[in-house]
Amino acid sequence: MTAVKAVGLRKSFKAQTVLKGVSLTVGQGEIFALLGSNGAGKTTTIKILATLLRADSGTAEVCGFDVAKQGRRVRECISLTGQFAAVDDILTGRENLIMIGRLRHLGDPKGEADRQLGEFGLSDAADKPLSTYSGGMRRRLDLAMSMMGSPRVIFLDEPTTGLDPQGRLAVWDTVRTMVESGVTVFLTTQYLEEADSLADRIAILHDGAIAAEGTAAELKRLAPPPKLVLSFLEQGGMAQAAEALAAYGPVPGALTLTVATDGSVNQTAEIMRRLENAGIEASFAQRPPTLEEAFLTIIKEAI
Amino acid sequence: MNVKYAISDTAVMTGRVMKQIFRSLDTIITVLFMPVAMLLAMNYVFGGAMDLGGVGTVDYMLAGIIMMCVLSGVAYTAYRIHVDVQKGLFERFHSMPVAKSSILGGHVLTSIVSNAVSVIAIILIGLLIGFRPEAGAVGWLMAALVIILFIAAMTWVSVFFGLAMKSVETAGVFAYLLIGLIFASSSFVPTGSMPPALAAFALHQPMTPIADSVRLLLLGEPPGNSLPIALAWCIGIGAAFWAMSVKAYGRRA
Ligand SMILES: Nc1ncnc2c1ncn2[C@@H]1O[C@H](COP(=O)(O)OP(=O)(O)OP(=O)(O)O)[C@@H](O)[C@H]1O
Ligand SMILES: [Mg+2]
Repeated sequence: MTAVKAVGLRKSFKAQTVLKGVSLTVGQGEIFALLGSNGAGKTTTIKILATLLRADSGTAEVCGFDVAKQGRRVRECISLTGQFAAVDDILTGRENLIMIGRLRHLGDPKGEADRQLGEFGLSDAADKPLSTYSGGMRRRLDLAMSMMGSPRVIFLDEPTTGLDPQGRLAVWDTVRTMVESGVTVFLTTQYLEEADSLADRIAILHDGAIAAEGTAAELKRLAPPPKLVLSFLEQGGMAQAAEALAAYGPVPGALTLTVATDGSVNQTAEIMRRLENAGIEASFAQRPPTLEEAFLTIIKEAI
Repeated sequence: MNVKYAISDTAVMTGRVMKQIFRSLDTIITVLFMPVAMLLAMNYVFGGAMDLGGVGTVDYMLAGIIMMCVLSGVAYTAYRIHVDVQKGLFERFHSMPVAKSSILGGHVLTSIVSNAVSVIAIILIGLLIGFRPEAGAVGWLMAALVIILFIAAMTWVSVFFGLAMKSVETAGVFAYLLIGLIFASSSFVPTGSMPPALAAFALHQPMTPIADSVRLLLLGEPPGNSLPIALAWCIGIGAAFWAMSVKAYGRRA
C-alpha cells in the first residue's frame, strides 16, 4: 500500500524555483525522512502534500486521494505538525486537544483528549495553561494534537528543531510509538543522525529534486568506501608507516594515519603487508562510512 | 460541504477566541477602561469649559466614546489573528477537514459580539454618569444598526491588518491611527468650533457622520443626512476591507 506518492512536483516562488520535479513514494506504516539543508524545499514539499500549497505542476496522492482535486478527502486522513509548535497558548493542554477533536468532528472529543494526554505523558499538566509548559511539553502536545482522531498519515516538519538532546530523544521515542498503531510518518529533518536512527527510508532533497533515496544502509553504500585508521604507539613508527604507505596518501592525525581504500581485501592485505615488512607496530580499525559522508558525496555529485 | 459542519466549526472557533478574550484581563481593561476614563475626564475636568451647542458633555461625547471603545477592541482582533498566523494555527486548521469559512469567521463573530457587549457596557456606564438618551424604539434600533455596521466594518479592517502586517507590534497600529481620526471629527468637538482647515477635513471623513448620526439618534433628534452617509461609509469600508482581507488571507494561508 502506498501512503504518499508524488510525481514531478514543481513549485516556484516569484523568480525562485524551489522544487524542480520532486518524485517520491512512501509505503503504509513507514517512517519516511525527507532530508535537506536549510531552504532545500522541505517545508514547501510538505505543504503541497498537506494541501496547503498548490504545486505549479506534477501530481501527488495521499491515502490514494489527489491533493489538488480531493483536498478534503486528503485532509480527513492526514495531520500536519508544522515546523513550530502550533498550539493555542491561552487554552490548557486539554482544551487544545478537545478543540482539535471537535474540529475533526469526533464522536467523543473529551474521551479522545484524555487518551492522548495519557499517551503523551501530559495527564498531570492537562489543565494547566500552556505558559507553564516547557518546550518539550509543547512539542508533545503538538504531536498529541496531530494524533487526535487517528489520522493515517502524519506529516512532521522538523519535529525536533529547537529541542535539547533529551527532548529530541523523547520525540524520537514518541514517533516510534506512533507508528506502532500503523500510521505512516512523513518527517523532514536537517539532522542526518535523526534520519539515520528514526527513518525506515530516507530521501535526500537537494537543488529542488530527490538526489538519492533508500534505507540508511543503502545510502551509506553510496559514500566513499570505508577508511582504514592505523594507530601507533610512538611518533617514529608513525613516520615510518607514512613513508611505507606514501602511495596511498595517508592522512596523519594524533598518532594515527587514516588511509582511504577501495574496500577490497587485496588492497587492505597489501597495506598490512607493507607495515609488517617494515616491522612497524600498529593496530588498525576500519571506520564505516557515516550518513554524513554519504550525504556530502551525493550532494557533490549532484552539482 | 455541509452546512452543519460549517456551523459547528464556526461555533468551536468562536468559543476558542471568546476564551482568549475572557482570559486576558488586559484586553477587557484596555477596551473598557480607556474610553470610560476619557469620558470621565471630559465630563469632570473639562465639563463646562466646552461649548457643545447646548448639549451636555456626556450626551455629546458618548457616540465618540463608543467608537473609541470599538477601535481599541478591534486592535485586539487584529492582534489575535496575527498571532494565529504566526503560530501556525491557521496552517494547522487548513490541514484539517475544517470548513474554511469558520477560521476567519470565528474571529469575525467574536469581534462583533465582544464589541457589541463593550458598547452596551459603555452605554450603561454613561447612564450612570449622566447620559440622558431620548430616543424612541426606532431611534435605538437605527443607532444600533449604525453601531453594528461600524463594528463590522472596523472588524474587517482589523482582519486585513492582522493578516497583512509583518509583526505583532504593528498589527494593531491602524486602530490608534483611526482613533486619531475620531479626534479629528465632530465626535468630541462640533466642527463649527474647529479651525477652518480641520473643520473641512472633519466634514469629509467617515467618523463625523458616524458620530453625528449615533448621537442624534440617541438624543431623539432627526439625524438628517448624517445617517445615510454614515451607513454608506460603514458598508463601503466593510466591503473594501472584506475583499482585501480575503485576498490577503489567500496569500498568507
Ligand atoms: N511563500 C513563499 N514566498 C516566497 N518564497 C518562499 C515562500 N516559501 C518558501 N520560500 C522560499 O523557498 C525556499 C525553500 O523554502 P522551504 O521553507 O521549503 O525550505 P526548508 O527546506 O523547509 O528550509 P528550512 O530547513 O529552513 O525549514 C526558501 O528559499 C524560501 O525562502
Ligand atoms: Mg522548513
